[in-house]
Amino acid sequence: MHFFETIIQPGSFDVIVNIVIIALKIVVVVAVALLHVAYATYFERKTIGHMQVRMGPMEVGWHGLLQPIADGLKLFFKEDIIPANADKPVFYLAPLISMMAALASLSVIPFFNNFVIADINIGLLFILAMSSLGAYGVILAGWSSNSKYAFLGGLRSSAQVISYEVPLGLSLVGVMIMAGSLNLQDIVRAQQNYPTGFYAIPQIIGFFVFIVAAFAETNRAPFDLPEAENELVAGYFVEYSGIRFALFYLGEYVGMIIMSSIAVTCFLGGWTIPHYILNVAPFLSKIPGVIVFAAKVYLGMFVYYWVRATLPRYRYDQLMAIGWKVLIPLALLNIVITGFIKLLV
Amino acid sequence: MMTRRSSAGADRKRRDRMAINQFFFGYFAFVIILTALLVVTRKNPVHSVLWMLVMFFHVAGLYLFLNAEFMAAVQIIVYAGAILVLYVFLIFLLNLKEEIQGEHYVGEWPMGLTLALSVLVVILIPLAGMKVKPFGKWSIAAISKETHTVALGKVLYTGYLFPFEVASIILLVAIVGAVFLARGKSDSPEDE
Repeated sequence: MHFFETIIQPGSFDVIVNIVIIALKIVVVVAVALLHVAYATYFERKTIGHMQVRMGPMEVGWHGLLQPIADGLKLFFKEDIIPANADKPVFYLAPLISMMAALASLSVIPFFNNFVIADINIGLLFILAMSSLGAYGVILAGWSSNSKYAFLGGLRSSAQVISYEVPLGLSLVGVMIMAGSLNLQDIVRAQQNYPTGFYAIPQIIGFFVFIVAAFAETNRAPFDLPEAENELVAGYFVEYSGIRFALFYLGEYVGMIIMSSIAVTCFLGGWTIPHYILNVAPFLSKIPGVIVFAAKVYLGMFVYYWVRATLPRYRYDQLMAIGWKVLIPLALLNIVITGFIKLLV
Repeated sequence: MMTRRSSAGADRKRRDRMAINQFFFGYFAFVIILTALLVVTRKNPVHSVLWMLVMFFHVAGLYLFLNAEFMAAVQIIVYAGAILVLYVFLIFLLNLKEEIQGEHYVGEWPMGLTLALSVLVVILIPLAGMKVKPFGKWSIAAISKETHTVALGKVLYTGYLFPFEVASIILLVAIVGAVFLARGKSDSPEDE
């Protein structure tokens, strides 16, 4: 076979080196992402705790710093229960789809200059494709559990996700028009050369639509109807326990990190600091890009928790009305305005 | 001597690339046919949908091999992300659980098979007479230089604008028709 000869050949040594480098990048990114998921739960409990004048976790370690590790160990060693009459292959598959789709999106996000696992031309579309795949995890979990509450949660989610994927995609079209590219690194560099240093200012309508749609897309409050605990116990994953439940949890938090990362790369200038700030304070250019990026992502995560602690859950018909009657027309208006300005300027 | 050796090396490299391409094409084609068969033979409609999802991903993989990355992404976003989720939604709403146990094929399947095979023959006849003509302006090199998304946008919105708009109007008519049918059932406004 020529295929194997090509790999073994001395000339293809650089191919092997490339594969090893990519594998190392994947290990680093996934490890860092999983650590962030663990401490995102801690950050969430502390933030919401202090907003409600409580302390949050305090017992395990100093100020409860080891709490996520204790939670992880507990989930890992819990008994794995599968309901009677569940569709077993699909029941096993659903949390894996949910988590893999979320982790795959990490591969196209530029964390700092020239650091991205897969520098592809359609980065933004790839993320949208993976987020639409993630919906299957939720739908199939609800269906395969053979339980009313889980099924209703899955049904709600399938309607919610197809409704909000449309404004989510449309809100990013304005950014695509302005940057003239779908590659996330090119989008960040285009923002660096833009007078305001980021696209959130001219694309304010798109940014607003994106934030609201991102909340709905990750099933977070105030749009957490698929897992509304007062009506549906826990929604689509009510029958899951132990490590499979943990996989859903992981998928949800990675999804939040991804949405914050897209907001940062497409609207907030990615790893760059606006040039007018650098002119005033030149020492800021010494800060590594990855720290600037991470700080902006943490800000996005904080907004998630802030909204959760502030707003009550919407009713289902309100959710659909906001998606179809407000967000989609706004996103279309944004595309038309951006297109005209691009033509005229 | 040098040039001959290097040209032989380039030749070999091209042959290797061809072999890898054929290997992957074979894989994608095989999985697409296998999963397509699984889709129509599963008794449980949700399992059919799952196999269809696998099939859509492999079709997207084929597009990637043709340097059509935009098509690949749109294939996933539109077919897997929107149309197939609608199928799942319909299956859930119809609640087919009782029918899963029943007979899968209707009595007239030999008739259907004959029709499907004759359509296949009709498709294969023109394929046999197909010739590869010289490439136009959009060679693979030109597309990868401009990126596929830009190339497709340029072609679609300049040379093929009229057919594109006609397709849009047809889809719009279908949407308006669906909304009309859905609304027509309830006369009183509070039923909505």
